[in-house]
Amino acid sequence: MIRSLFGNGRFRLSFSLIALIVVTALVGPRLDDRNPLFAVGGRYDEPSSQIWLGTDAIGNDVFLQLMHGLGTSLYIGLVAGVVATLIGVAIGTLSGYIGGLLDEILMGFTNILITVPTIVILVLLSVALQNRSTLLLGVIIGVTSWPWTARAVRAQTSSLKTREHVDVAKLSGAGTFGVIMREILPYMMSYVVMAFVLQLSSGVLNEAGLSLLGLGPSQSISLGKMLQSALQGEALRTGAYWAILPQTILLSVIAFSLLLLQSSLDEFFNPRLRRR
Amino acid sequence: MNPFGRYLLNKLFWYLLAFVAAMALNFFLPRLIPGNPVDAIVSQMAQGGGASGEAMQRVYDTYIVEFGLDKSPLEQFISYLGNLFRGDLGTSLGNYPTSVNSLIGAALPWTLALQLPTILLGWILGNILGALAAYKGGWVDRGAFLGSLAFSSIPYYGLAILLLYTFAVALPWFPTGGAYGFASSPSWTWGFIADAFRHYLLPFLSLLLVVIGGQAIGMRSMAIYELGADYVGYERSLGLREPRIVRGIFRNAMLPQITGLALSIGALAGGALITEIVFSYPGLGTVLFDAIRQNDYPVIQGVTMLITVAVLAANFLVDLTYGLIDPRIRTAHGAGA
Repeated sequence: MIRSLFGNGRFRLSFSLIALIVVTALVGPRLDDRNPLFAVGGRYDEPSSQIWLGTDAIGNDVFLQLMHGLGTSLYIGLVAGVVATLIGVAIGTLSGYIGGLLDEILMGFTNILITVPTIVILVLLSVALQNRSTLLLGVIIGVTSWPWTARAVRAQTSSLKTREHVDVAKLSGAGTFGVIMREILPYMMSYVVMAFVLQLSSGVLNEAGLSLLGLGPSQSISLGKMLQSALQGEALRTGAYWAILPQTILLSVIAFSLLLLQSSLDEFFNPRLRRR
Repeated sequence: MNPFGRYLLNKLFWYLLAFVAAMALNFFLPRLIPGNPVDAIVSQMAQGGGASGEAMQRVYDTYIVEFGLDKSPLEQFISYLGNLFRGDLGTSLGNYPTSVNSLIGAALPWTLALQLPTILLGWILGNILGALAAYKGGWVDRGAFLGSLAFSSIPYYGLAILLLYTFAVALPWFPTGGAYGFASSPSWTWGFIADAFRHYLLPFLSLLLVVIGGQAIGMRSMAIYELGADYVGYERSLGLREPRIVRGIFRNAMLPQITGLALSIGALAGGALITEIVFSYPGLGTVLFDAIRQNDYPVIQGVTMLITVAVLAANFLVDLTYGLIDPRIRTAHGAGA
């Protein structure tokens, strides 16, 4: 199975890109123990052999910030992805498996959250919670983005629960929780993995979006906050491309490779999407 | 009741619930901020200097009454609802005594001018591109798919920054921001319209490309799915002409795309607001950004409220269209869809 996955060019490309990004985020900050929030030069110094990507508006080393910011952004995306996937799977399986009134209530709640624009909930939550650690920001993003996953998981669950092995398990006395964990979840693992990949990507992007609105993580550097300070510092208009393009390109590459990964997994698990 | 009426009523019920939920969030979340929001703002203003102690006290009292902080939470909520239904969004704290209505009113036309055309045009062009890619296959498909994937996965602000850098800084063809030049002021003259158009093109294009990409991907996979459906083989074996088959396929693939439009409007609105910030476009996104920076809660609440209402209304319109188009809902003989 693994080998045939790697036979897919899109999967190979996206997997290598993501591996490279994750390794950079893990190793990068350890190669250089200087504080990324400590100025090393003047305003928008050009890239040089010492300062590879120049400095930003307040003289910080852009490359050093990028190494640290990448990790923060991925961490926030990971927390958001895990939180959203867990809530989505819990609500989706319960709603689909138990059905009836509980299903109506949970799906009603889910649909309401889908209809209210995410940005509105994100902004209001972030405004209300003034001191946002990276963990809290990840949780905020996670609790606003699970409804899609819940809906998809519910659809899967209600079709899976009519299978015979589920009946067999129920007849042999398994409880609701046991059936969901052993007879339902393993059969839709591919969906859950794909949903998680999408949530991860939207988590990273949502962090940057919130940071651009001025609602980024307090007291830490992330790709989004770098973007925001570069925009506020007029990096583009003063021609300091090195202070704004790296994080923009990095965010785009992260999003692109995660989406490509998701679409290659989708084709792998759903042969119907391949051309006949 | 006929199926269409029932469908509409059901939709209306859910939108109403979503609206109430959003209103409750809008009211309660900013009140979770520890301490009295007015304290923070007044102390901020006092640091700025300028106003005397007595003037500060007057501002403080005005704010307390304005916010209704001297009343119980329930009374506050009721008066909040009352004001809302009268269309009164309150007074800005950051730009006192400008009303939130006039701040939003000045920004709204720019936002609408940016969002409405990009959503409609992007949806139409995206569907055509996706359908073409699915039908033609080969390199057309590969190129269109990878291109669409790239444009739809690049975040709005990312594409905005790349376009801004390429076409306004590296190649100084377009202005670097704003909705019109510093020298001109809004008027219905050709000079101003031409100037505004030059400022409009880059933000417009950056949003349009993202919408096209997203819609093309959806349409492509729907159309590929339909192309492989059994009825297509059946029609072919009956000897139906190709154009007729293709029309049927795309009509079937369109239906989910209409729902897709409804579902993406919220995300689009959010992305467009952030795009405005990149281009310093004087729309709602910029107003929201300034309000967040100044802890201007009435303005934040006003903008989030307006976005919610606009997105819910747009969704409802799309659902209405869907109900009119989908034969299962339209006809009275429908199977209770």
